[in-house]
Amino acid sequence: MPRSAARSAEALAEAARRRRRLENALPWLVIGGMFLAWEAAVHAFGIEPFILPAPSAIAESMVKWWRPLLSNAWATLVTTVAGFLLAVVFGLLLGIAIGSSVLVYRGLYPLLIAFNSVPKVAVVPILVIWFGAGFWPAVLTAFLISFFPIVVNVATGIATVEPELRDVLRALGAKPVDIIRKVGLPRSMPYFFASLKVAITVAFVGSIISETVAANEGIGHLMLVASSRFDVPLVFAGLIVTGVMGVLMYWVAVTIEERTTGWATRGQNDPRLATGG
Amino acid sequence: MATPFLQIDGVAMRYGGVEGTLALRGTSLDVAEGEFVAVVGPSGCGKSTLMRLVTGLWPPTEGTVIVAGSEVTGPLSIAGMAFQNPTLLPWRNVLDNVMLPLEVVQPHRRRLRARRGSYERHARALLKLVGLEGFETKFPWQLSGGMQQRASLCRALVHDPRLLMLDEPFGALDVFTREDLWDVLQDVWIATKPTVVLVTHDLKEAVYLSDRVLIMSARPGRIIAERAVPYPRPRRLDLTYGAGFQAIVHELRDRISEARRAVGPDDAA
Repeated sequence: MPRSAARSAEALAEAARRRRRLENALPWLVIGGMFLAWEAAVHAFGIEPFILPAPSAIAESMVKWWRPLLSNAWATLVTTVAGFLLAVVFGLLLGIAIGSSVLVYRGLYPLLIAFNSVPKVAVVPILVIWFGAGFWPAVLTAFLISFFPIVVNVATGIATVEPELRDVLRALGAKPVDIIRKVGLPRSMPYFFASLKVAITVAFVGSIISETVAANEGIGHLMLVASSRFDVPLVFAGLIVTGVMGVLMYWVAVTIEERTTGWATRGQNDPRLATGG
Repeated sequence: MATPFLQIDGVAMRYGGVEGTLALRGTSLDVAEGEFVAVVGPSGCGKSTLMRLVTGLWPPTEGTVIVAGSEVTGPLSIAGMAFQNPTLLPWRNVLDNVMLPLEVVQPHRRRLRARRGSYERHARALLKLVGLEGFETKFPWQLSGGMQQRASLCRALVHDPRLLMLDEPFGALDVFTREDLWDVLQDVWIATKPTVVLVTHDLKEAVYLSDRVLIMSARPGRIIAERAVPYPRPRRLDLTYGAGFQAIVHELRDRISEARRAVGPDDAA
């Protein structure tokens, strides 16, 4: 009996390991599968490269143009991250203000929503008039598009502090600043990091929009130039590079999130942590 | 008789302006220093409102609340509070949760950095007293409900409050855990002798723990009767099965039924 029990426990552990391996491999399998299907479809239906280039043609173009791709990707990454960091600072401050004061919330929220509804493409020309083409419009567009989710999430985290906890601290003589520092801010961190994952991906949208409208470098600019020369494989190469950068930055945000606010996602990954009792 | 430590005189409390709900009206009560008082009443009678008035979280609409000889006009740092919901901070371990009031309340806040060691010993001693020794570095979600409530009690006590306000602290626990915690609270009270106001709807709990049980009427609440509990301490759970103890509980139950009938069926509350 004990032997068979041990064996079945081993089998269970083996099954769990297999499952974890599958989970890790799955994203790559899906991506690989997608490219294969794409390649096959292009050949099967004889689609022209200037309509939809095959992945192999895109890869070829990537190899051929690796230097400009890399330098322009770098430029985009720098503007995106700069705009994103601005959004983090500004979004955090504004989120705290809105979450902790009903007056600020009532006063600013409608304006914020109106502002967020304005398509950012429409703002780029104005930014270009103010700052000239290039770096700053891209940074600011990335900033404008990505600060809103941060503000909303941080404000929600701070505004939803449990009333009893607030009472405990207030009864001790805590000032509103203390309550925000000791409770509101730590409490809003999971919301904050969740918003960073959204913000970093939309920040790329912002900077690339700006680059396609007015810039001398960046992936958006490169794609614009490539498409004006009907070099469609290069346009797609730019898209793929952008996607890769987005995934990388998302991964950075997730890593920071797991390191700092593991308490909010407790138990989901590791049942051994919970002792109960 | 010496001046009472806590004195509530003709207090009324109305929420939400002139048309709002009247939670308390003409409430008066006195609590001596070091006394353990339980407040019971039908649900929604304004027991929790009473707590918030005493700790200065809200000002009363009418009347005065006097604690330790001075009128309460704002938050009261000599008070500790615990609620039905333990409200521990999930990102802090048990010890850091218990230490939270020390980071807020003066004069401890000023001294905390310099005397961290002695404060920490004090917090650990409290945790030991409530039976949480060895759990200092656990996080709240690693504890059972009863253990969380023990930690919450320590947090209420860590700054040596002279007044301890407990709002149904054991209301969400199962019977066995609750009875364990009654003894924990009794031990803590015997060891540190704060003035305690325990709001509860458990009559057995009220009689077992307190020197005096106050009965509130249905909303708008006021104190309509009181009953002294004569048993010496430490009390043991056996006591609760005795005829005398049961008689007191029954007497209280009758008074509360009267209080509810006086306003009509169920929800005048």
